[in-house]
Amino acid sequence: MSAKFISIEGITRRFEAPDGGMTTVFEDIWFAIARGEFVCMIGHSGCGKTTVLNILSGLDLPDDGAAIVDGKAIEGPSLDRAVIFQSHALLPWRTVLGNVAYAISSRWPKWSRSQVEEQAKRFIEKVGLKGAETKKPAQLSGGMKQRVGIARALSIEPKILLMDEPFSALDALTRGTLQDEVRRICLETGQTVFMITHDVDEAIYLADKIVLMTNGPEAMVAEIVENPLPKERDRNQIHRHPAFYAIRNHLIDFLVSRSKTFKSEIPADYDRRKPPVVLPQNQPQPLPPSHEAGRKVA
Amino acid sequence: MRQTSLRLRAGIVSLTILLVFGLAWHIGVSGSGPTQQMDPEYAKLMGQTAVQGKSAMPGPLDVLAKIWSHLKEPFYDRGPNDKGIGIQLAYSIGRVLLGYGLAMLVALPLGFLIGMSPLMARALDPFIQIMKPVSPLAWMPLALYTIKDSSISSIFVIFICSLWPMLINTAFGVSSVRKEWLNVARTLEVGPIRRAFTVILPAAAPTIVTGMRISIGIAWLVIVAAEMLVGGTGIGYFVWNEWNNLSITNVITSILVIGLVGMILDQALARVARAVSFPE
Ligand SMILES: Nc1ncnc2c1ncn2[C@@H]1O[C@H](COP(=O)(O)OP(=O)(O)O)[C@@H](O)[C@H]1O
Ligand SMILES: [Mg+2]
Repeated sequence: MSAKFISIEGITRRFEAPDGGMTTVFEDIWFAIARGEFVCMIGHSGCGKTTVLNILSGLDLPDDGAAIVDGKAIEGPSLDRAVIFQSHALLPWRTVLGNVAYAISSRWPKWSRSQVEEQAKRFIEKVGLKGAETKKPAQLSGGMKQRVGIARALSIEPKILLMDEPFSALDALTRGTLQDEVRRICLETGQTVFMITHDVDEAIYLADKIVLMTNGPEAMVAEIVENPLPKERDRNQIHRHPAFYAIRNHLIDFLVSRSKTFKSEIPADYDRRKPPVVLPQNQPQPLPPSHEAGRKVA
Repeated sequence: MRQTSLRLRAGIVSLTILLVFGLAWHIGVSGSGPTQQMDPEYAKLMGQTAVQGKSAMPGPLDVLAKIWSHLKEPFYDRGPNDKGIGIQLAYSIGRVLLGYGLAMLVALPLGFLIGMSPLMARALDPFIQIMKPVSPLAWMPLALYTIKDSSISSIFVIFICSLWPMLINTAFGVSSVRKEWLNVARTLEVGPIRRAFTVILPAAAPTIVTGMRISIGIAWLVIVAAEMLVGGTGIGYFVWNEWNNLSITNVITSILVIGLVGMILDQALARVARAVSFPE
């Protein structure tokens, strides 16, 4: 069934604490991602988001439970799942072209050099870096480095794209452009994406579904928020959508207060295996304070 | 503009220092000093030096003349005690390169192993810690006893002294490759051999080459001493032989030549270091 292309089934991860004991980062987490879906995970720093992503990429293994892709449990890294690292993780001794080509020649070892280069150039152009092929990462700005990271991940045509706060180190303007590009490319190809972010607006703009994690340690999935916005969205227009503030307020409310308190007031019908799915609905758009003041006078 | 002018000024200062030093040297050795209190036997032995009150120390012009004569004929060979300085140098350089090359063959793979395996790193650490501070010349008697060949023994001593810096730096460079680069290779399902050559080696290369540069410097220091000890051939033996001949001019010439070759070896490695370095 396509609704469970990726299925996280009861994963738990523990690390050795500095005092010698074990801390449980998160316990018994369940959620699923459908083919072609763009899922974001939001939660406070330290709740284990990166650890979840590492388990999905195969770089880390859960102490309990399993992450299942296409019916098979993940046992290690795979070229089917490409990772865009928060720190871009480019190889500094290789050029832009060399970095992308390295991934491509790993994916298709039998390809000729010219085939590899052609594919690399195609994706470098796709992320808007045409002309920078021979530059070394040290010569690039933060945004350009992240573009190379994106080109490298997409060039191997993965079934799943995993992103760990890919834009958090960038300035607002660059972040916006890159969000647009990633969104365009992922829509074009129907890419399945799992992305970590702590930026509410980024999640609303990009995601179909948003997984909310409570604070760690022993974090859990509080709920899964469906994005009420249509798949076709325009960054400059989404705030006009009637449901925009509903979802935005819901997410901010979660981050500000419910992520802390959720565990102490778990709803009676809460089921770890099926975290509640929430669809924030049209709320009246809150008016800015000045409007309200004006109305009172009138 | 500023760059070139700084370089020019530095060159002028260097040249001035050289000239002042040469002049002081020339004046220092050419003055006529007292001769009377010299033992007559010793005076006879010293010949002209004693009679004219001329210093036994050669002047800069003597050394220049000597260098010129060596340059004209660096590779002559008139028996075991009279070979051109070029031949002697070639022997020394050959030994250094052989010992150094062998050390590379051992240190690089072993360093990789130590760097990749925390178990091996811990297991081998005590041996390295004890062996590293031993003067390589202390190995000489053992080498002579077991190998029974003076030339191979000096190669062995070069091997031993080149080994440690390369081994330690390789292990350190390999063990401190950034995790994220290794993770890139892992997510791309790169096999262990390809990973070693495409990620670990380039990432560790600057540290490894630093170790190699330290090693070549030490090897060149040690070869002179080793050859003085075992004799036969080589620039170290040449220096010692010329001292026995009381040819101070040749000793000074050798010092300059040893310095020059050492600098060339160091610069060669510096060039390699530049080639493998990468900005982050
Ligand atoms: N390799 C590790 N060893 C020990 N503790 C770890 C390790 N990786 C992560 N942790 C701990 O697990 C918790 C969650 O980390 P992480 O997944 O990076 O959180 P997030 O990405 O949500 O900020 C943190 O408290 C962190 O200290
Ligand atoms: Mg993180």
